[in-house]
Amino acid sequence: MTLAVSTSVEPETQIDQVIVKASDINVFYGDKQALYTVSLHVPQNKVTALIGPSGCGKTTFLKCINRMNDLIDICRVEGEILVGDQDIYAPAVDVVALRAHIGMVFQKPNPFPKSIFDNVAYGLRIHNIATSKTELADRVESSLRSAALWEEVKDRLDQPGTSLSGGQQQRLCIARAIAIQPKIILMDEPASALDPIATAKIEELIDDLRQNYTIIIVTHSMQQAARVSQYTAFFHMGELVEHGKTKSIFTAPNDERTQNYITGRIG
Amino acid sequence: MTDTFTKRTPHLARRHAREIRFQWLGKIAISIAVGFLLIMVGTISWMGAGALKQTQISLQVYLDPQEIDTSAVEKADYGAMVKTALRATFPEVKKRRDTRKLYKLLSSQAAFGLQRQIKENPDLIGQTKSVWFIASDDVDMFFKANITVDTNGNAGKLDEKQVQWLATLDKSGAVRSRFNTGFFLSGDSREPELAGILSAFAGTTLTLFVCFLLSFPIGILAAVYLEEFIPENRWSDLIEVNINNLAAVPSIVFGLLGLAVFLNAFDLPRSSPLVGGMVLALMTLPTIIIASRSALRSVPPSIREAALGIGATRTQMVFHHVAPLAMSGMLTGTIIGMARALGETAPLLMIGMVAFIVDTPTSILQPATALPVQIFLWADSPERGFLEKTSAAIIVLIAFLIAMNLIAIILRNKYRQRF
Ligand SMILES: Nc1ncnc2c1ncn2[C@@H]1O[C@H](COP(=O)(O)OP(=O)(O)O)[C@@H](O)[C@H]1O
Ligand SMILES: [Mg+2]
Repeated sequence: MTLAVSTSVEPETQIDQVIVKASDINVFYGDKQALYTVSLHVPQNKVTALIGPSGCGKTTFLKCINRMNDLIDICRVEGEILVGDQDIYAPAVDVVALRAHIGMVFQKPNPFPKSIFDNVAYGLRIHNIATSKTELADRVESSLRSAALWEEVKDRLDQPGTSLSGGQQQRLCIARAIAIQPKIILMDEPASALDPIATAKIEELIDDLRQNYTIIIVTHSMQQAARVSQYTAFFHMGELVEHGKTKSIFTAPNDERTQNYITGRIG
Repeated sequence: MTDTFTKRTPHLARRHAREIRFQWLGKIAISIAVGFLLIMVGTISWMGAGALKQTQISLQVYLDPQEIDTSAVEKADYGAMVKTALRATFPEVKKRRDTRKLYKLLSSQAAFGLQRQIKENPDLIGQTKSVWFIASDDVDMFFKANITVDTNGNAGKLDEKQVQWLATLDKSGAVRSRFNTGFFLSGDSREPELAGILSAFAGTTLTLFVCFLLSFPIGILAAVYLEEFIPENRWSDLIEVNINNLAAVPSIVFGLLGLAVFLNAFDLPRSSPLVGGMVLALMTLPTIIIASRSALRSVPPSIREAALGIGATRTQMVFHHVAPLAMSGMLTGTIIGMARALGETAPLLMIGMVAFIVDTPTSILQPATALPVQIFLWADSPERGFLEKTSAAIIVLIAFLIAMNLIAIILRNKYRQRF
């Protein structure tokens, strides 16, 4: 089986700056352990794909990074995650500020049942980012442009976000996330509910966003991982089995489980 | 095979038969329910319709200037004037016992109407005027054909002579039936022909107002806090179980609580809409909390994730996104609770809202009664005239309920949002 590997040419010698350093992460849901001593370095301004069979803990790991796991009463996280040089599980950390810097796009498009404009403007408003009405409108427009949605919605900004198609809704959610200019964007299978054309648009968008953001994307599609990511981490049954440049993971995996997964024998 | 889609195998026929049987059962169930509803509304309307009409009797009254002091019009003895007019209409009645029977044809308060007319228009003094007076409840019943004349010529409390006088009056066109505005514009009375619904209506409105002001914000905030803020553990389970139990506590218990705490311990005014509303709010709270929590739970978690994921605080998440989506469900729960409160009698009896109230309460601290209590009081009265008043009051109560539900539907449509 051959896979189309990311076309973007990376100079092999360059050492990428690391922005997220996760060390020895154990996650428990009640008594059940979902992640086993996962350590992963995520490079800046790159797309890192988390792949693996369903239930292996990809979402769990992703949600550790913006502490969305805090919302699950029975969930307990052990270990250390540094974003930049700050430990995000330190007691002094304010999750509201953390999430303003680490945006998230979910599996199912979840726009607010408000207008398209208000969807994008919401984050700007609560974080008090725009100082005037015109600045707000400008930022909404530029976010929608960055999310490649502006041309499609510019005449209907006052219509509900929920009236858009699935693919448009997901791009609206991306626009909403990037409006407040986070450093990192977490994406949990952002295209799994979309048709191939909408998926292609999202993938194209992800490639563009890499210029300004670090993207960590969960996907169960290896083709997608190959197309959009520069780095890939393979999870299996709560363990991080292997992690490295996407090209090398797909062409020369070290671990037998990775080999089996990318050739379609597990998953 | 060309008949694949038209041939009915026995198995398929049985499945269709089952389907038809089930539909018929559904239709029968609905007809029974609707039938009983119609019977109930029908009988009550039929019995209560009479209360909307009032029998009046016309008399020629000489407004003697010697009797009425123009500087203090209201001080004159209008009762005597009315009695004189009655005697003048039937000059043949001489015996004391008979004149007393004659007076009984009119309501004991008939003179008040005359007094009011003169006060409004003092120019009438000195004239002989034809004036309509409210008939007594027995006469009212007689003309509404609720009482039939027996073989002795008596009709209920009316005896032979009174029946004859009424016949004479009727023949001369001095009896009429009018829309009973007094029923809606006056308070309770010992005399059925004068009793009205206004004081009870005002009492109910004030009581429900207090009940809403207390139970809606407290209930919604409690539900939001329980559902969105505290983690699920043994304590939250305990609270949940207790709230569910409270919803099933008989209402009279809340009345006893109100008596012990609000009246005896806090010394709040007895019989007042304030205390009534507080007691009903206690009773309504569990209903509102339970309904609001389930409304909140029905808001998809993805909305919460979306809000928190972009860095909203929990409070912002709740008040910007979750609560607006749950609002229609929360309002429905509130209206259900308030509707139950509207019909409650028992807890109000415990805190003394069963008093005989003539004056319309204008503040939540004045003594008041409520519609269901008024119905209870009238239903308990021996006079026949109260029978139709009871039904009419029930109609007013039902109309109140429908109005509340209409408001709920309007609000619900206003807040309905897709998610
Ligand atoms: N809220 C939760 N409560 C309990 N167990 C959970 C919860 N979320 C995930 N899990 C468990 O954690 C494991 C990893 O789940 P997840 O991270 O969602 O996997 P993936 O995203 O790779 O499909 C699974 O076994 C799942 O059953
Ligand atoms: Mg997942």
